[in-house]
Amino acid sequence: MTHRYDRRLTAAAIARVEGEGALHVQVVEDEVREVRLDIYEPPRFFEAFLRGRSYTEPPDITARVCGICPVAYQTSAYQAIEALCGVQPGEGIAALRRLLYCGEWIASHALHVYMLHAPDFLGYPGAVEMAADHRDAVERGLSLRRAGNAIMELLGGRAVHPVNVRVGGFYSVPGPAALAGLRAQLESALEPALETVSWVSAFDFPDLTVEHELLALTEPGRYPIERGTVMTSGGLAFDAAEFEQHVIEEQVPHSTALHARLADRDGTYLTGPLARYTLNSRWLPPLAAAAAHAAGLRDSCRNPFRSIIVRAVEIVCALEEAIAIIGAYEQPPAASVPVRARAGTGHGVSEAPRGVLYQRYDLDGDGIVLAARIVPPTSQNQAAIERDLAQFVQARLSLDDEALTRACEQAIRNYDPCISCATHFLRMHVDRA
Amino acid sequence: MTGRYRAVVIGIGNEFRRDDGAGPAVVDRLRGEAPAGVRLVVSDGEPAGLMEAWTGTDLAVVVDAVSGGSAPPGRLYRVTVHGGDGRELDDVGAGASTHGLGLGTAIRLSRVLARMPGALIVHAVEGADFGYGPGLSAAVDRVLSELVTAVLADLRPPPPLPGTRARRR
Repeated sequence: MTHRYDRRLTAAAIARVEGEGALHVQVVEDEVREVRLDIYEPPRFFEAFLRGRSYTEPPDITARVCGICPVAYQTSAYQAIEALCGVQPGEGIAALRRLLYCGEWIASHALHVYMLHAPDFLGYPGAVEMAADHRDAVERGLSLRRAGNAIMELLGGRAVHPVNVRVGGFYSVPGPAALAGLRAQLESALEPALETVSWVSAFDFPDLTVEHELLALTEPGRYPIERGTVMTSGGLAFDAAEFEQHVIEEQVPHSTALHARLADRDGTYLTGPLARYTLNSRWLPPLAAAAAHAAGLRDSCRNPFRSIIVRAVEIVCALEEAIAIIGAYEQPPAASVPVRARAGTGHGVSEAPRGVLYQRYDLDGDGIVLAARIVPPTSQNQAAIERDLAQFVQARLSLDDEALTRACEQAIRNYDPCISCATHFLRMHVDRA
Repeated sequence: MTGRYRAVVIGIGNEFRRDDGAGPAVVDRLRGEAPAGVRLVVSDGEPAGLMEAWTGTDLAVVVDAVSGGSAPPGRLYRVTVHGGDGRELDDVGAGASTHGLGLGTAIRLSRVLARMPGALIVHAVEGADFGYGPGLSAAVDRVLSELVTAVLADLRPPPPLPGTRARRR
């Protein structure tokens, strides 16, 4: 145990997260004074260069925000524009859109669970070192990621930055035979997905319970993925069009990503797997629900370390959903429906793997984007992450600086932060000065 | 396994970041020129994707742009990867985030998982401009044909494997 009264800890570049950021923790007289998540990845100006572009372009432009969750960006974008233009492409196209999004969930969650997060629990510096002792597990993770990518390649044209999504639907849709081949691959991924839930549920989880208001989409009758109504654990419920009335974005000096808070509340809230699960666990499909129960998850989950179990359960969920969609597939009569531009404002929300992603577009009568707004999940979660870390560090001040820094990095990875999306992320700095 | 010789060329890079597009540009030039049966892949360098692309192959040729600092733009490199732990291709200057995971990680992970190709050759070209936008710098564009020729030379049909009969390609 150290007996210094003031400490300053720094993680200069947080590993196994998407993008670049740092963490500064200041401890004075055994009290955590400040936790600052510095996001120093440069601003990316997506909202600015969407201005002046045609209403047909945001799904392709915003897909470039992120190589891990491009479908989330495409989805919230076309939703906003279709809502504005008064178009609903029909359930056939809607089903294929949910299927594509399932692919992204499977690939993104498999990457995070196996390559980024599991090494923390098993005591390895990274996935390569873990693979030497846990070869079967890493192979399992890779097979799941392959299954997710197979969906993305078939429906999106390619696994990274899909090119087959458009306002109004798709450029082309697969025939039943192509989906039948995919179904066999997804069915064979179910067993490894269930093994994943069982594997991660046996990890040791540090005690941490967060009390934030939780924010997620809900869609009664099914687990929310590509659409839904925004709800919070505090009882708020609103549509995408009211998002900016309830969520206030603010600039903070230490981050190139805007912080977000709930209006008329004490502010901090959390979006992502914990929120999604807590508000929607009753809508999980049967295999995922049974796996969650067997893994010890109750109706809600407020320990960020256990988010790895939720992600594993959501892989099962996405596989079940995808298989069901393929089973009921009837090729839509057309790959897309016509969308005529109109002047106005449109809003879209969807559940990116890391949480709710909101977009808003203002169009003129020729369909030119006058203004765009993108509110990604990681930027919404920054304040909650800082608050959770303060609580986490306060309970672990007896650790030396090196151990505490390592623990903080692990704690940050609970949120699977996508800094590149948010910059609009980790060096760690703990000040016990 | 059918016993058929399997090769893949993987061009790593982003064609919208100027010279970083050299790998994809080589793959483009090989379309129609590479021997039949050679698979051509464009990759963003993500390790799992690289590993998937070369698993089970007899030969993987990786083409990438590099920024070494002092070497003149357009300089070509050819490295045969065997032995060692893959650290010879650690990503120089890479950060700790997933954005910094690349070829070195893919090689180390492939060794641990016994997924290395029979042979792995890396061709690289020193880039001049990694700014925004499509198109190669003059220095890299000038050596692209030479780079394509060098890759094609590595793709020449191998001598018959012991115990197998030579086949026409």
